[in-house]
Amino acid sequence: MDFNDTPEEAKFRKEAYDWLKDNAPLKEGPKDSWRASSEEEGLKEVKKWQKKLHEGGWACLHWPKEYGGRESTPIERVIWGQEVSKFKVPGGYLEIGQGMAGPVMMMYATDEQKERYLPPLATGEEIWCQLFSEPAAGSDVAGIKTKAELDGDTWTINGQKVWTSGAHFSDYGILVTRSDPTVAKHKGLTFFFVDMKSPGIEVKPIKQISGGANFNEVYFTDVKIPDSQRLGAVGDGWKVSLTTLMNERLAVGDASGPDFEEAFSLARGQDLNGKLAIENDAVREKLADWYCQQSGLKYAKYRNISALSRGETPGPQSSITKIVSGNKLQEIANFGLDMLDSAGILRSDEEGAEQSMYQYGFYGAAGIRIAGGTDEILKNIISEQVLGMPQDMRADKGLPFNEIPTGNK
Amino acid sequence: MNFEFSADQMQLKDIARKFLEKEEAVKRARNVLEGENSYDENLWSQIIEMGFTATAIPEEYGGLGLGYLELCVIAEELGRSLAPTPFSSSVYLATEAILNGNDESAKETFLPGLASGEKIGSFAHSESNTSPTEANITCSYQDGKLSGTKIAVVDGDIANFFVVSAKNGSSVGLYLVDASSEGVAVTEQSTLDPSRSHASVTFNNTPCTELKSDWSDVLNLLDRAAVLFSFEQLGGAEACMDMAKEYAMGRYAFGRSIASFQAIKHKLADMFIAVELARSNCYYGAWALSTDAPELPTAAATARVSASQAYHECSKENIQTHGGMGFTWEFDCHLYYRRCRQLAANIGSQAVWKDKLISSLERANQI
Repeated sequence: MDFNDTPEEAKFRKEAYDWLKDNAPLKEGPKDSWRASSEEEGLKEVKKWQKKLHEGGWACLHWPKEYGGRESTPIERVIWGQEVSKFKVPGGYLEIGQGMAGPVMMMYATDEQKERYLPPLATGEEIWCQLFSEPAAGSDVAGIKTKAELDGDTWTINGQKVWTSGAHFSDYGILVTRSDPTVAKHKGLTFFFVDMKSPGIEVKPIKQISGGANFNEVYFTDVKIPDSQRLGAVGDGWKVSLTTLMNERLAVGDASGPDFEEAFSLARGQDLNGKLAIENDAVREKLADWYCQQSGLKYAKYRNISALSRGETPGPQSSITKIVSGNKLQEIANFGLDMLDSAGILRSDEEGAEQSMYQYGFYGAAGIRIAGGTDEILKNIISEQVLGMPQDMRADKGLPFNEIPTGNK
Repeated sequence: MNFEFSADQMQLKDIARKFLEKEEAVKRARNVLEGENSYDENLWSQIIEMGFTATAIPEEYGGLGLGYLELCVIAEELGRSLAPTPFSSSVYLATEAILNGNDESAKETFLPGLASGEKIGSFAHSESNTSPTEANITCSYQDGKLSGTKIAVVDGDIANFFVVSAKNGSSVGLYLVDASSEGVAVTEQSTLDPSRSHASVTFNNTPCTELKSDWSDVLNLLDRAAVLFSFEQLGGAEACMDMAKEYAMGRYAFGRSIASFQAIKHKLADMFIAVELARSNCYYGAWALSTDAPELPTAAATARVSASQAYHECSKENIQTHGGMGFTWEFDCHLYYRRCRQLAANIGSQAVWKDKLISSLERANQI
């Protein structure tokens, strides 16, 4: 049992680090991370950085080389992630395209389409979004209603999508629609990719509880899509969707925000009832619980990496990350604000201030526990797919989609 | 990165598991619980024959010279099977106290017998219903003699010798006492988990051997033992999760398997989360123990807290999943519920280990 690289891993790590050192500044501390002044500025910097990565041969590590990737092994991706985290580099905007749209295009698009659309995804020139969730189809994502009707070689799309990250700056989107409401829920879906500049697409930001707007509603009114942009057979949209949903669950990792270290350091400097908070037993007990959760996740990850390093498939331990870290963040954020006593209600917008970090976690954690699979859906997945327990009884099983009760919503 | 047990270690684990299943260790735990015996002598002698007691003892002292990782996988299986033997007292505590001390003659005198199982050792530490500290221990040593009373000494009634914490002036260290020495009085104590025997032990001017140790050795012993106990707790927790799942799958109510109800599925998912966190933290403890890492106090406390939490969660929710049947004497759920409590108590409470964890992090941060 050790934490060491194999000789091949060490060689790859050095190669990655050396390239990064020549092309990006090292972080000055763990909290020194890249931050864009505006979304527009961020987008510009991310594209510039992605171009550099691509030229250096470090774009889309898991992709085939012919589309601009590197064909790296899973353990090499992990090592790259560890090395890149030491540097202050731009991030965001591209994950959905490269992590979810790209793999679907590779599986279902024509060769011509792959040659046209995949390389600009790898170089960062084009941005993609994912148009899945709808107002009445969240956890039950197969319950979508956006209508697709075929006339000749052209589909007409009408409906509404929601929670679409980056729809307003995306060039293309992957879209799942209902092409036949008279068959069972999972059978009447059809999958497309769509030009986000198409006439009839309207994007509206959603104001979140934090006041920010990271997601959108996307309205489709008589939007035309050529049949050549269909991915998979008519009615096979659920099967195609599963490819990306699986990728999404793997992609959603640790909740970012204040963690044990921040809470520990706060408690060691904060006065509580006339002595340091760290001397308070209630505080110590909470801190111990969070440390155990954080440490458990850290070493579960090491167990995953070890499996990858041996060329094995990681065990089911990775399925607990989001549930544990989302709930831990919510508790730590609440603790950080509680430490300020009555002043914990006062809002601080000062960028980078300790208080604003806990405020951000207070709002953010509520979203993390829902995004990419709610806690409850993830527990269903653990019990069904890991422990092998049966599905709950479904009231919509076998019913044609248009006869499923909706509560008129 | 190689943060996993090796193929050989996993094979040893498998051998231990199959052996304990074949010997119906759980049934034997029930027999001890219901009967007059303090432990299962037959199972104990088979465990000795398998070489498990000799695992981490170097060959020069009659051991097998394997390592702590091997001992960890065995501990997990002993915990899973509720094996009613003095293994933990003799191996995690008595053997470790001597093996990690600096008394060469004690090693030569005691380790071969511990390895071969001829000797059963037990750790006598608690004195009252509060956690033992350097300040509150009253058992005292003077001029080669020991006096005082220890309570809830696990396997105290069957041990051949005791490792005793006692005060010498203002310093607390460890002392070795032969159970047959003059002035030793052992009284069995009735407990919440009669599948493991406990006793109060009184020393009255009893001759003893000084282990040349101080309070830091006591703490180090507890840290080392905590990692091994954590693996027992982990094995027990996982056994409860598996029992709960199996029962839920076969139990029908309202016309369907209760394993299809989300209320039950989410309960099982919570158990799984607790077990996976505990397993990962136990591995961290195993790594620290096997490499003599300076992080041992942090790793041991993390493993101990996490494994205690997982066993508590799984053993109580296993009963809940079984419904009324889980509350009967006939079903095995209560055996695990009891053992969970026994293991949670025997080297100190959750609150104490949580406090130790934060203290060790405070120390690490001061450097």
